[in-house]
Amino acid sequence: MDMNDVRSWYTLIVFAVFIGIVIWAWSSKRKKDFHEAAHLPLNEPEYPRAKENKENGS
Amino acid sequence: MDNQSTYNYKVVRQFTVMTVVWGIVGMLVGVLIAAQLVWPALNFDIPWLTYSRLRPLHTNAVIFAFGGSALFATSYYVVQRTCQVRLFGDRLAAFTFWGWTLVILLAAISLPLGITSSKEYAELEWPIDLLITVVWVVYAIVFFGTLAKRRVKHIYVANWFFGAFILTIAVLHVVNSLAMPVTLTKSYSVYPGAIDAMVQWWYGHNAVGFFLTAGFLGMMYYFIPKQAERPIYSYRLSVVHFWSLIAIYMWAGPHHLHYTALPDWAQSLGMVFSLILLAPSWGGMINGIMTLSGAWHKLRTDPILKFLIVSLSFYGMSTFEGPMMSIKTVNSLSHYTDWTIGHVHSGALGWVGLVTIGSVYFLIPKLFGRAQMHSVKLIDVHFWIATIGIVVYIAAMWIAGVMQGLMWRAVNDDGTLTYSFVESLEAMYPFYAVRLLGGVLYLAGMLIMAYNVWKTIAGPKAAADDRIPQTA
Repeated sequence: MDMNDVRSWYTLIVFAVFIGIVIWAWSSKRKKDFHEAAHLPLNEPEYPRAKENKENGS
Repeated sequence: MDNQSTYNYKVVRQFTVMTVVWGIVGMLVGVLIAAQLVWPALNFDIPWLTYSRLRPLHTNAVIFAFGGSALFATSYYVVQRTCQVRLFGDRLAAFTFWGWTLVILLAAISLPLGITSSKEYAELEWPIDLLITVVWVVYAIVFFGTLAKRRVKHIYVANWFFGAFILTIAVLHVVNSLAMPVTLTKSYSVYPGAIDAMVQWWYGHNAVGFFLTAGFLGMMYYFIPKQAERPIYSYRLSVVHFWSLIAIYMWAGPHHLHYTALPDWAQSLGMVFSLILLAPSWGGMINGIMTLSGAWHKLRTDPILKFLIVSLSFYGMSTFEGPMMSIKTVNSLSHYTDWTIGHVHSGALGWVGLVTIGSVYFLIPKLFGRAQMHSVKLIDVHFWIATIGIVVYIAAMWIAGVMQGLMWRAVNDDGTLTYSFVESLEAMYPFYAVRLLGGVLYLAGMLIMAYNVWKTIAGPKAAADDRIPQTA
C-alpha cells in the first residue's frame, strides 16, 4: 500500500468518525444527558447574597 | 484543603483584576507603536523604545497577560461553579497566579532589552520558557484536579473547551520552544530551516486556535447562557462544534507560509483545512447567538449581553475572513500587508477583547459581593467607544492592506515595478493615523472600564456569595 492509499483511507476514516460523532450527538439516548448538562450553569442554586456572612469573604 | 464549603474566589479575583490592568498596559504599548508608525520620532532614539522591541512586547502583553489572565480567571470560575466543588489545591492555584505574574514581568523586562528567540508569539528566551512550562503544568493539575473531584455527573461543554486549550497549549509551547541554550539569554531552535518555519506556524496558528479561540469559546459557552438566563441553543451542536474545531484547527498552520520554501503540498493542505474551518467556527457562532432566540429584547437593555453577542459577530466576521485569506491567490495579495493586521485585530479586539470585557463585567460584581457594576451606563458607553474603535481600526487596515498589495504587484509594460516600496509606505500615512485613532478609542474604553471596576470594588467590604450548594 503506498502512501497515497494511506492518505485516502485516513480521509475516509476521519469522515466516518465525524459522521459517527454527529449520529451519537443527535441520538435520542443522549437527549436527557445533554438537557441536564446544558442546564448546569443555570441550575446551580443561587443563595441570596448575604452581607452578614463575613467569614466567607476570604 | 481548608474550607471546602466555599469556592476559591481569591485567585479568580486576582486574575480578573489583572486582566483589566494588563489589558490597559498591553493596549497602551499598542497605541504607542501605532503612533510610532505615524511619527517615527516617538522612539526618542532610545533602543528600548524602538518599534522592533515594543511590538513583541505589545503582542505578548495583550495575548498572554491580558488574554491569559482572562482565561485563568474564567476557567477557574467556570470549572468550580459547573462542577460545584472548590478549586483543587489552593496553594497550587496561588502559585499559578504569582508564577504567571513573574512570567509577564520577565517578558516586560527582557523584550525591551532586545532579548528574544525571534519566534513570533514565542519570543521569550529559554529560562522564561521553562518557567511557563512549570506554571502551565500546575495550571493543568489545578483544572483537571477540579474536574476529577466534581460533584455533578456531567462535564459542562465550557470545561471541554478550557481543557482542550490547556492541554494543547502545553504541547505547542514545549514542542515549538525546544532550543539549544548558548547563554542564559540566547538559544537556538533545534529545528532547521523550513522545518523550523513549519513548527513555528503550527504553533503560531494554534496559539490563535486554542489560546485565542478554544479558551474564549469556553467563556462564551458559560457567560452567554448565564447573562441571557437561558441554556445554550443546542448542546448537541456544541459537542460537534468542539470535536470538529479541535480536529481541524491543528492542520491550518501552513497558510502562514504560502509561496515560501515550505513544500507546495503542505501549503495546499493548510489552505484546505483553513477553508473547512469555516464550518465549525460558524457553527459555534450560530450556537452562541441563537441562545438569545426568544430573548432578543434583552440586547436592548443589557450592555454586558451586547459585549458578548457583538463579540460573536466579530468572531463570525474574522473566521470568514481568515479562510478567505488562506486561499493562495487571495494570500498572494494580502500576505505581508496591513490587511493581515486588520484581520488579526478584528479577531483580537472584536472577538477576544469584547467577550473578555463582557465576562469581566459579569464577574466583578459577583466576586466582590455587589449587586451589579457601579455604573451600567458606563458599560454602555464603553461598549460603543470600543465598537466604533474596532470598526475604525479594521477599516483603515483593510484599505491600507489592499492598497499595499496592489501597489507592490503593479508592474509597467516593460516589466519593471510601478512603485518603489517607499511610495507604498507614503500612501499608508493617513491610514496609520486613522488606525491610531481606532486604537486610542479602544484604549479609552478600557480606561472607562478600569474606573468602573475601581468604583465597584472600592467602598465597604461585602462578602461574595462563594458558598457551594450542599445538595448536588
